[in-house]
Amino acid sequence: MLETITFSLLNGLLYGMLLFMLSSGLTLIFGMMGVLNFAHASFYMLGAYFAYTMGLYTGFWVALFLAPIAVGLIGAAVERFGLRQVHQYGHVPELLFTFGLAYVVEELVRLFWGNTPMNYRVPEALDFPLFSLFGTNYPAFRVFVLVVAVSMFVGLYLLLKRTRAGLIIQASLSRPDMVSALGHNVPQVFMWVFAFGTGLAALGGVVGGIQLVTEPGMAFMMGPIVFVVVVVGGLGSIQGALIASILIGVLQTFALSVDWSLANLGMVFGYAVPPESFFATIWYMDSTRIAPMLPYLLLVLMLIFRPRGLMGKRES
Amino acid sequence: MLVTNELHAYYGKSHVLRGVSMEVRAGEIVSLVGRNGVGRSTLCKSVMGLVPPVGDVHFDGRRVTGQAPHRIAHLGIGYVPEDRAIFPGLSVAENLELGVKRRGNGGRWGYRDVFNRFPRLEERRDTPAEALSGGEQQMLTMARTLMGNPRCIMVDEPTEGLAPRVVAELADLLKEIAADGIAVLLVEQKLSIAKQISHRMYVMGDGRIVFDGTPSQLEDSPDVRKEWLEV
Repeated sequence: MLETITFSLLNGLLYGMLLFMLSSGLTLIFGMMGVLNFAHASFYMLGAYFAYTMGLYTGFWVALFLAPIAVGLIGAAVERFGLRQVHQYGHVPELLFTFGLAYVVEELVRLFWGNTPMNYRVPEALDFPLFSLFGTNYPAFRVFVLVVAVSMFVGLYLLLKRTRAGLIIQASLSRPDMVSALGHNVPQVFMWVFAFGTGLAALGGVVGGIQLVTEPGMAFMMGPIVFVVVVVGGLGSIQGALIASILIGVLQTFALSVDWSLANLGMVFGYAVPPESFFATIWYMDSTRIAPMLPYLLLVLMLIFRPRGLMGKRES
Repeated sequence: MLVTNELHAYYGKSHVLRGVSMEVRAGEIVSLVGRNGVGRSTLCKSVMGLVPPVGDVHFDGRRVTGQAPHRIAHLGIGYVPEDRAIFPGLSVAENLELGVKRRGNGGRWGYRDVFNRFPRLEERRDTPAEALSGGEQQMLTMARTLMGNPRCIMVDEPTEGLAPRVVAELADLLKEIAADGIAVLLVEQKLSIAKQISHRMYVMGDGRIVFDGTPSQLEDSPDVRKEWLEV
């Protein structure tokens, strides 16, 4: 039991950290700039593929830096020549634009890399068990994921709270007109914020592509859940995104590993649910089958009962 | 210093400015008065590049019409909008920081000067800007724009909703700014204040300038007041 709990917590934390890497960029782009970037996970996918291909020539460590920069530059171009033109018509066309973009990216990835998963593996330097718990080895790469995620959080926090660029971003949230009247080039700031956000997603992909899988469907697999993180965490709040990521990661991992159902709850209170009763399907539905639904249930409940999310300053 | 010539501006299909020609010189306070909705705020916004203008805006003899707002700000035009536009979520000090321009520092207004002139802002420097009173917020936006050391400042309805004591303080501040050689364009609803501190006044009606003269000349034109100002 203790073993299950410990490993579920560790794996939940790990999955949560992957979610955070993916969604921290969206916190900037959606939470702060207000752009409903449906294609955010596509930049995550590009990060994984770029790192895989670059890694063949340069090795993992160079690709870890180069891939996010390359994807960030693509992000800058998407903002400058696509979104900025669409922006004047409002947020719905922006959503539609990024929706289309997500499909274009997926098809391009299929064209260049094919349909099958890439053989994108843990780099040799990190391919060893770091410690062992209850007789099971814990891989060093997972700890590396944690370290990257935490550095991302610290870096982002400092950027927003301690730099002038962070102030301009936060002020542009409420009054972009006034920020530009004070002499700041707001469109240019937005372009770099978008580039930075997509670069962060790509960094998530460099690491997540190894931990999860690198295949053309990976963007659509992760696409919706990053919105859950950003909304549950609260728009524009980096701390909120971190907490929401860990919460969702742990919740989902626990639901998958404990194999519980409402009938078990009945037993605790001394009530055995008759297997032939009308609601038996619901009573005996085990938690592993509910797990995929949990984040979205959380999203729906959050929007009803606390629309500004865990730590958000304004309503979504 | 700031000159507009036959300036037009549109909001969608409505023609808001219909050929406005006016001038503000260095060290001068010029008021723009008129009823609500005659286009006074639009004039400020189109000078600033926030509303696309048609016609001519000259600053320091250079044509600046239609340039991006941040460029116009860097040329030396400051703008304090009607609704104060403090940045909520940021502290007083952070709001002021955003007024500082990367180039062209070392002018009359730095942090020390602002805090000496507005001791209340220094006391509340770490307070979130939205927690300030209306008068303090107005002083904050003024101070924030001054931090950029503009050579011309456009102030839109600064006295709206403020207590008489704060209005008097603000009038003193505007006189001080003008005495430093800055051109001040004041958009004002309260005729008494405008007459008291302005060197010249423009009355706007229907998107045009309908009167141009000194406060005492306006005093002697009951027909202008009756047609364009009194409700």
